[in-house]
Amino acid sequence: MKLLLPLIFALFFASTATAVDSATEAALAADPVAEKRLQHLSEELRCLVCQNQTIADSNAELAQDLRREIRGMIRDGKSDREIIDFMVVRYGDFVLYRPPVQGNTLLLWGGPLALMLLGLAVLLRYLRRRAARVADDAPLSADEASRAEALLKEDNPK
Amino acid sequence: MNRYYWILGAFAALVALLAVGLGLNPRDVPSPLVGKPAPAFNLTVLATPDKTLGPKDLQGKVWLLNVWASWCVSCRAEHPILVDFSKKSDVPLIGLNYKEVRGDGGFDMSKMSAEEEKKFAFQRANAWLAQHGDPYKLTVMDLDGRVGIDYGVYGVPETYVIDKAGIIRMKHTGPVTPDILGQKIMPLLAELNK
Amino acid sequence: MIPELGHFALILAALVALLLGTLPLLGAHRNRLAWVAVARPAASALALLVTFSFACLTQAFVANDFSVVYVAQHSNSLLPIQYRVAGVWGGHEGSLLLWMLMLTWWAFAVALLSRQLPEVMVARVLGTLGLVAFGFLLFILMTSSPFERLLPGAAEGRDLNPLLQDPGLVIHPPLLYMGYVGFSVAFAFAIAALLSGQLDAAWARWSRPWTMAAWCFLTLGIAMGSWWAYYELGWGGWWFWDPVENASFMPWLAGTALIHSLAVTEKRGSFKNWTVLLAISAFSLSLLGTFLVRSGVLTSVHAFATDPRRGVFILIFLVAVIGSSLALFAWRAPKVGLGGRFALVSRESLLLTNNVLLVVACATVLLGTLYPLLIDALGAGKISVGPPYFNAVFVPLMTPILFLMGVAPFARWKEASVPEIARAVRWALLPAVVVAIALPLIYGAWSALTALGLLLAAWIVATALLNFAERVRHTRAGRSFLAAALSQPRHFFGMHLAHIGIAVFVVGVTMVSSFQEEKDVKMAPGESVDVAGYHFTFKGVRAVDGPNYAAARGEFDLAVDGRFVRTMHPEKRNYHSSAMPMTEAAIDAGVLRDVYVSLGEPIDRARPEGEWAVRVYYKPFVDWIWGGCVLMALGGLVAMLDRRYRIRSRAAATVATPAGSQQA
Repeated sequence: MKLLLPLIFALFFASTATAVDSATEAALAADPVAEKRLQHLSEELRCLVCQNQTIADSNAELAQDLRREIRGMIRDGKSDREIIDFMVVRYGDFVLYRPPVQGNTLLLWGGPLALMLLGLAVLLRYLRRRAARVADDAPLSADEASRAEALLKEDNPK
Repeated sequence: MNRYYWILGAFAALVALLAVGLGLNPRDVPSPLVGKPAPAFNLTVLATPDKTLGPKDLQGKVWLLNVWASWCVSCRAEHPILVDFSKKSDVPLIGLNYKEVRGDGGFDMSKMSAEEEKKFAFQRANAWLAQHGDPYKLTVMDLDGRVGIDYGVYGVPETYVIDKAGIIRMKHTGPVTPDILGQKIMPLLAELNK
Repeated sequence: MIPELGHFALILAALVALLLGTLPLLGAHRNRLAWVAVARPAASALALLVTFSFACLTQAFVANDFSVVYVAQHSNSLLPIQYRVAGVWGGHEGSLLLWMLMLTWWAFAVALLSRQLPEVMVARVLGTLGLVAFGFLLFILMTSSPFERLLPGAAEGRDLNPLLQDPGLVIHPPLLYMGYVGFSVAFAFAIAALLSGQLDAAWARWSRPWTMAAWCFLTLGIAMGSWWAYYELGWGGWWFWDPVENASFMPWLAGTALIHSLAVTEKRGSFKNWTVLLAISAFSLSLLGTFLVRSGVLTSVHAFATDPRRGVFILIFLVAVIGSSLALFAWRAPKVGLGGRFALVSRESLLLTNNVLLVVACATVLLGTLYPLLIDALGAGKISVGPPYFNAVFVPLMTPILFLMGVAPFARWKEASVPEIARAVRWALLPAVVVAIALPLIYGAWSALTALGLLLAAWIVATALLNFAERVRHTRAGRSFLAAALSQPRHFFGMHLAHIGIAVFVVGVTMVSSFQEEKDVKMAPGESVDVAGYHFTFKGVRAVDGPNYAAARGEFDLAVDGRFVRTMHPEKRNYHSSAMPMTEAAIDAGVLRDVYVSLGEPIDRARPEGEWAVRVYYKPFVDWIWGGCVLMALGGLVAMLDRRYRIRSRAAATVATPAGSQQA
C-alpha cells in the first residue's frame, strides 16, 4: 500500500505536472487580500482557450499564465482598470466576460428594457382597442334569437 | 399582406443570420493588435545564445513572426509550408519559440532551475529544427510566455505580418495553409514591399 | 448484423413517417376517411420501428461492438453497464436517435389517448408529427447515422467522456428530450387547428394536457441538468447561461407563456391567435436549440462535435418547418374570430401581461445568446456575452412577473377592479416584508437585492395561501375547512403548488448567491478548517481503484458545534482513457444547506501523503433551487390530472349526441 499510493500518483500526475488548478493556487497564496482581488478580476475575464469559462475557473495553461500576470500586476500596484485594459489591449473585447457598454453593445444592453417597454406599450394599446371593438357587438334581435334557438336544437354535425 | 407576415419576415432575418454564422468561426478571436506597433521585446537568439533580438532590429523591413513550439502538433503540420516559403521568398521569417519546456505539460517546473530550463529549451528547439528543417532567419526564445501574452497569443501556432514601420498588419491563428499563404499572406507582403 | 437491422428499421421508419405525414393530412383535407384512418396505425408502426432501431444501437453498446463507429467513439469494454446504455445518447448521432425515440413515443401516446377527439383532428395532429419525424429521420440517415461501420473493427473503444460517466447522464437527457420534443405535440395541435380552420376553446382543452406534460418534463430535465453540473463540475456553480443551457431555457419560457395562454383560450375562447403563435414558437425554439447545439455556430462546453454539413441540413429543416407554419399562421390568423370580451383590468389582461413579460424574457435570452454571432456577422467586432450580462438583465425582467403572480389569481375573469384586488392581497404584504427584512439579518448581512428576492418569494407564498383560503371560504357550503380545502379542483391546487415552487426556487437562488462561503486552503492530514460554523478535519488520502479509473480518495470528518456529523470522501479520478483528472466532490446535502468539499492537488506532487489544496463550500438553501423546480413540475402534474381532462368523466359531462355521430 505504501508503494501503491506514490506509484498511482506518479502515473496520475505525470501528465499534469504543470497543470495547477485555481483552488491549489488560491490555497498556496501568500497574500490572501491580493488573492481576493485576483479572484474578482479573474471572474471578469474570459479564458480564450476554454471559451466558456472565466480565467478564474479554467485550468488551461493560458489561464494560469494570465493569473500569474495579474498577480504580478497587483503586486506592482496597478489598479483594476489598468489590469483589465492590459488584457483588452492584447486580446480584444472578447476577453471581457461582461460585455462592455459601448457602441456595438448598445442594442445588447438596451434591448431588454426597450423590448419590455415596447411589449407593454403594444399590449396596452391592444387591450384598449379590443375593449372598444368588442363593445360594438349589439345584442341579437328577436329574429336572430329565434333562428339561433332553432339551429341549436338541430343535430350538431360535428 | 397582413401584419402577421411581419413575423415571417423576422424569422427570415434570423435564418439569414444563422446562415452567415455557419460560415464563421465562433472560436476565432481577431487580434486588436492589428494596426498597432509590434510590442517590443528583447529575447535570446537560439543559434547565438549570447545575442538578443527585438522588433527594433527589423525596422525598415517587412517581416513575419511565427509562434511555434516543439510540443505543438499543428506546428508540425504547417512547418513544411514555412520551409518552402523561406526558400522562395526574401521576406525574413522570425520564429518565436513559445514556452518550449513549460508549455509541454510533462515536466515538473518546481524541480527545474532557470539555468536547466534554458539549456533544455535550447536543446529541444535545436533538435526539432534539425529534424524538421529550419525556415527561420532567426529564432528567439520566449521561455515563460511573457512575450506571447504581449502579442495576444492564445493558440499556437500563430503568425504575424509586420511592416517596415514595425506595425502589425495581419495576424493568423492556427496553422498556415497553402491557401492562407497564397491568398492572404503573399499578396499582403507584396503590397507592403512596394 | 444487428446494427444493419437497426439501420434498416430507420429507413423503414422514414417511409412510414412520410406516409403518416401525407395520407392522413390529404385525407383530412379531402374527407377521405380511409386515408384518415391510416394515422393511428402508422404512428404506432413508426414508434415500433424507431424503438427497435434504438434497441439495436443499445445492443451494440452493451455487447461492446466496436465495429460500429459510434460505439467505438463513445464506449469502452471497461465501462460499467449503466454507462454503456446511457452512452447511447452520449454523442451527436445517438442523441438524435433519442430525439426520434421521444418524438415517436409522444406520437404514439397521442394515437393511443385521443379516442375522444374527432378522427380528422387526430389525423392532422399525427400527420404533422409524421412530417417532423420524416425530416429528422432524413437528417439522421443522410448525415448522422449511428450505425456506420468501422472496418476493420476497433480493438477497444475510445471511452465515454469521463464527465458523462455519472448517473446524471442516465436521467438528464431523456427527461430533457421528453420535454423538448413534447412541445411538438402542442405544435402539431396548433397546426391541425390552423389547417382545419377550427380554432376554438375545444382545441385548447385538448391541447392543454399534452402541453402541460411536456412542460413538466422540460422543467425536470432542466433542473436535473443544473443539479448535475453542480455536483459534477466541482466548483459549486449551477447555471452558466451557456448557449446550450439557454437553448433549453427559451422553450421553457415560451412553454410557460403557452400554458397560461391556453388557460385563457380554453376558458374564455380568447387569445386564440396568440396561443397558436406561442405553440409554434415553443417548438420552433426547441428546433432552434437543436440547431445551435449541433451546428458549430456558437461555442459551448456542451456542444456536440460539429460539422457544417449538418448545420446546413438542420437550417433547411428549420426553414421548412418554422417557415411553413408561420406562413400558415399568417394566412389563417386574420380569419379567426375574436373570442370573449374582457376589460382593461381583468384576469385575461393580467395573464396576457404575464405572457408579454415571459416573451420579452425569452427574447432577451435569445438576444444575449445570438449577439456575439450578430456582431461578428456584421463585422462590428468580436465580443463575448456571459453570465454577468444575463444575471444583470434577468432580475429586473423577472421582478414584475413574480409580483403579478401573486396578484393575478385574485383578479376576476372578464372584469376585475384594482381596489378589490388590492384589498384582497394587502394581508400578504406584511409577512412578505417581515421575511425580507428578517431572513437576511439572521444570515448575517442585509442587502437590497437579497431583500427583493425574498420579498417576492414570500409575497408569492403569502398570496397563494390567501387565495386558497379565500376560495375555500367561498365554496365551503357548511363543510369543515379541511373538507372544503381538499375538494378544490386539481387545477387550482396545481396552480398554487407550481407558483409556490417558483417562490421556493427564488429563495434558493437568492440565499445561495448572497450567503455562500468558500475557502481555499492547504491542509496536511490532521489539520482542519472552518466554514460558516462547519468544521472539516482532513484525515488523509488513499488510492482506490474504480472499474475504469484510478483515484485518490480523500477523507474528511465533518463536525458541527463539536459534534461529529459524518465522513466525506471527495475524489480526484484519473480515467484510463483520458489525460484530464476529474474532480468528484463530496457533498453533505441538507434542507437548509449543502456543505461541499473538493480536492485540488497535492502541494508536493511527489508526496501525496502530505499537504493537499482543498476547497470547502457552504451553500445555504441551494437544494431549494431544484426542490422548487420539482414543486413546479408537481404542480403541473396535479393540474394536468384535473377531472376536466379525464376521458371517462368527459363522457358523462358532454351533451348527449345521437349514436353514430362524432363527439365534438
